Amino acid sequence: MMTNTGNRLTQGQFSFLPELTDAQITAQIKWALQHSWAVSVEYTDDPHPRNTYWEMFGNPMFDLKDPAGILMEINNCRKTFPNHYIRVTAFNSTRGTESPAMSYIVNRPKKEPGFGVVRQEVDGRNIRYTIHSYATDKPEGERY
Amino acid sequence: MSEAQSNIIADTDKVDLEAEFKSSNIQEVLDKLDRELIGLVPVKTRIREIAALLLVDRLRKQFALTSETPTLHMCFTGNPGTGKTTVAMRMGEILKRLGYVREGHLVTVTRDDLVGQYIGHTAPKTKEVIKKAMGGVLFIDEAYYLYKPENERDYGQESIEILLQVMENNRDDLVVILAGYKDKMDRFFQSNPGMRSRIAHHIDFPDYRPEELLAIAKLMLAAQNYHFSADAEKAFTEYLTLRMKMEHFSNARSVRNALDRARLRQANRLFGRRGRPLTKDDLMTLEAEDVLASRVFSEGRLDRDPG
Repeated sequence: MMTNTGNRLTQGQFSFLPELTDAQITAQIKWALQHSWAVSVEYTDDPHPRNTYWEMFGNPMFDLKDPAGILMEINNCRKTFPNHYIRVTAFNSTRGTESPAMSYIVNRPKKEPGFGVVRQEVDGRNIRYTIHSYATDKPEGERY
Repeated sequence: MSEAQSNIIADTDKVDLEAEFKSSNIQEVLDKLDRELIGLVPVKTRIREIAALLLVDRLRKQFALTSETPTLHMCFTGNPGTGKTTVAMRMGEILKRLGYVREGHLVTVTRDDLVGQYIGHTAPKTKEVIKKAMGGVLFIDEAYYLYKPENERDYGQESIEILLQVMENNRDDLVVILAGYKDKMDRFFQSNPGMRSRIAHHIDFPDYRPEELLAIAKLMLAAQNYHFSADAEKAFTEYLTLRMKMEHFSNARSVRNALDRARLRQANRLFGRRGRPLTKDDLMTLEAEDVLASRVFSEGRLDRDPG
């Protein structure tokens, strides 16, 4: 049974919704900036859910007042990596650490092959299961 | 888009400029400008014109008369202390009231904040500043330092090119205001013609007249809950005429420094006659002797001059 038709990656906020438009992304960034959270743009081509640390596209942006600057960075990143996953993360520093408060995908490859189950036979008759992204069979940079 | 279209009204309809003017609270901003900034007639005229243009533009939009967003990048030239920074700070608020910028904050930078120290350092630095200023006003003080003709490998040029690009492409997102002394800015524009053509408003800040400086002094004192006695006012007028002839006179800034020194002397005077009770008025009044003690009178030079 396929629960996630089209193999869309569902990580972070809004991932079950249709793609966010630029206006919607701007509104979300605006929300983050109103809370004085720092916003950063990150990209990767390894969609495994345990791949927590994506590559940073420039430094996180502190002390911004208006979403236009961040949208400009997002569009720069889209231009540079049109076939990568790109996410926007907002960091809340009120507890003394920059902890992620929002995170959502703003760009994804045109074709997402999805994940397969890998079964590993271990001692006795035990089986270990893990998931594996078909895209990562290819080397980095050639995956999508 | 659909929302914009639904707002379009019929060609025969009439719009009320007066009502639009009232609803925008622009008068309040302009009044505040008149009240708090003395003199500066060319500046105020230009701000009034910009306000009128943006207002009329808003009405034109109701008839779906599209026109390009006007460029509001500005260049303030003038001698030291003529109020360039003060006006720039007001500009953010004014443009926000007029709905031209979204946030209306002011980001003040100089060459250090824009230009990096090694290859590849300038572009990210400049872009970071630009991103911070988006939605508001980017104020580049002493802008002529950006371009150093004597060093052809100076990174300032790179910064200027990025700025030019942003000034052209992100016109809706930020307003760039350059400021500097007139002669140096003229030289700067001569070597960067692209910059000159992208700046629509070149505003020259005139020097203040003595009576304007006195009015400024009174305004500054009132803001700090001080006032001149009648004699002190006369003495300060005299002080201004003497001071204006001396070198390094920087208009309102010199006035502020002179007042700060007068406050020191007032405090010292009050301290000297301690034992007697002081009234509230004593604490607020600057007397003639506080002003006359300045070395400008006795020796014809500044207090801070050595020797």
